[in-house]
Amino acid sequence: MPTDSFTHTGAIELAEGETPAIRFNHIVKRYGDHTVLDGLDFTVRRGDRVTLIGPSGSGKTTILRLVMTLEESQDGYILIDDKPLTHIEKDGKRVALKDKHRSQMRKRIGMVFQQFNLFPNMTVLENIMEAPVHVLGISKADAKKRAHELLEQVGLPDKADAHPTSLSGGQQQRVAIARALAMDPEILLLDEVTSALDPEVVGEVLGILRKIAETTDVTMLIVTHEMQFARDVSNRVLMFDGGRIVEEGAPADIFDNPQEQRTRDFLSAVA
Amino acid sequence: MSNYLEAFGRALPQFLDGLLITVELTIGGALLAFLIAIVLGLVARFQNILLRGAARVIIELFRGTSLVVQLFFFFFVLPLPPFYVELEPILVGVLALGLNYGAYAAEVVRGSINSVPAGQWEATTALSMTPMQRMWRVIFPQAWALMIPSLNNLLIQLLKGTAVVYTITIVDLTAVFNKLRVETSVYFAYGIALVVYFVLAYILMLFMNGLEKRAVHKLGRQAVSA
Amino acid sequence: MIDTSLWNWDHVWSALPEMLTAFVKVTLVVTIVGSAIAIVLGLVIALVRRSAPQPISGVVTFLMNFIRMTPLVVQLLFMYYALTSWSPLMVGIVVFGVHYSTFMAEVYRAGIDSVPRGQWEATTALSMSPGRTWIAVIIPQAVRATVPALGNYVISMFKETPFLVAVSVIDMVGAARAYGGDHFRFTEVFIVAGVLFLLASYPTSLLINRLEKRLAY
Repeated sequence: MPTDSFTHTGAIELAEGETPAIRFNHIVKRYGDHTVLDGLDFTVRRGDRVTLIGPSGSGKTTILRLVMTLEESQDGYILIDDKPLTHIEKDGKRVALKDKHRSQMRKRIGMVFQQFNLFPNMTVLENIMEAPVHVLGISKADAKKRAHELLEQVGLPDKADAHPTSLSGGQQQRVAIARALAMDPEILLLDEVTSALDPEVVGEVLGILRKIAETTDVTMLIVTHEMQFARDVSNRVLMFDGGRIVEEGAPADIFDNPQEQRTRDFLSAVA
Repeated sequence: MSNYLEAFGRALPQFLDGLLITVELTIGGALLAFLIAIVLGLVARFQNILLRGAARVIIELFRGTSLVVQLFFFFFVLPLPPFYVELEPILVGVLALGLNYGAYAAEVVRGSINSVPAGQWEATTALSMTPMQRMWRVIFPQAWALMIPSLNNLLIQLLKGTAVVYTITIVDLTAVFNKLRVETSVYFAYGIALVVYFVLAYILMLFMNGLEKRAVHKLGRQAVSA
Repeated sequence: MIDTSLWNWDHVWSALPEMLTAFVKVTLVVTIVGSAIAIVLGLVIALVRRSAPQPISGVVTFLMNFIRMTPLVVQLLFMYYALTSWSPLMVGIVVFGVHYSTFMAEVYRAGIDSVPRGQWEATTALSMSPGRTWIAVIIPQAVRATVPALGNYVISMFKETPFLVAVSVIDMVGAARAYGGDHFRFTEVFIVAGVLFLLASYPTSLLINRLEKRLAY
């Protein structure tokens, strides 16, 4: 796990010539009159496992949704691997990029949702194969093979032909993880992926994610309430409140020795 | 065009009479329909299988046979034996419209009451409320907010349904414009007719939206059709 | 000699052939062809409203609401006297089709809206193309809510076919009224008309209810 020196703007020192996986440059996000992110600067290195914690409405889920292009920022620039995601600066003005470009960028990013969002009209196998076949152009045979491999990895090898509605919440979420991994993303976004699950099955899902963190080097951006999981998997934890980074550091530092009062209050409330 | 307008101007008294008739049919029919809807909608939920069955039969009978059949039945058959009931045509209209749309509305009422969350019913039991209190003070106010959008649609259907009563000699708006067509042109007469009906429908819609806002405000929520 | 009995089965049997003929040649024809027009045209309207740029989409929405909120009877009368070269049956079919297409368009919109937002977001997260999103994910799920509602409107149209009496098209009820007028016997014919409607529409709506339950995930 790399150690870095941190400042409270979320910027980090990068090695010579290293391009960060994700960079937020002064991102502004408003919903109507309500400003969620007000000029946020934020960097994630390749291979980082970053957990965002904080009260609801603090902007952490918004960050994930902006990276996945589910939401649009009002100002600022997001860079994936130093390439612009949705907007570019041209002659001093902020110009939106064409959808074709965004689609290309999007393929490198995957997301697992709190509500799983599996396609109920397809079987588990079809869910996992859909995007690799139709988006990446992989042959059906290859996609099928890979899908079976992923189902093995998430512990559901015999559920290939089942329908999502016949699966438990924990099983559905594991399928959702397999579906996201089938696209071989460089960046994996995990949005409170265990919050909608019964407590008994939270463990099986987190176990899969721990395995992924250990066996791959995919960059992970995680929003979760599961503090132990955050400890185990992340190399960096950021505490958000009101759209700003209140504190950040290694998990041990944040959880055992929080410096800011807000962080202390939040952690004692959720512990 | 100017002689068309002149002709319309001459027909203005009949137009206003026809408009009044259409409005009377709509409001009369709507009130009767609402009354029937509440009664049938509530009875259709009773435990007593005979009462529930009777309500069900009436609902399906008037939903399943067409408005025009009901209209003609009340107009042509009611005066005959064994009924011997001869009503003014306009009352026949109100009766048919009220029963037909009342049956549809009864389903809406029944469905809305069923849609009130189970927790609300359970809370009233926990507070030992009587069935009357429960329905009047807790359940119906919530069901009311839910049923208004569907009742809105039915009300507009009712207004549109009034246009067929001219076939049983009621001189409503449509009858007036049928006559105007002869003196002016098809496009002029029916064009205006459609606009007038549209304005009436729009007014009804605004009224129902207002009702919904009020009902929902009382519950402290957001209106669906705002 | 005018028949003054309460009920005379002879009238039922002698009126039935005309009523059934009219039922098949007019009521069913108008319902089936009119529904076909409504289902297709309604889809077009729904797509235009959803995808077309503003002035077009707004105009289409206004026209749709105008036709939806004004009486079918007046629209029938209008087209009957305006399109004098058309057969009254043709006019009836087209007016029913266009009138009900406005309801079908709403059904399509509601069906599409009923697909949870999370499904759309999942397709974005997987970088799926718009075409694939519609065909593989959205439409199969929208159908679940759409088909039963379309079915109910077909039944509604079926029950409004007697409005054709306004444009001198003799449907089943028109035939009943004609017989009644000729023989001064209304009781039997209108009860038979009601029974025929019930026999056709009630089982069909039960079927649609069952279909709705079966389609649910």
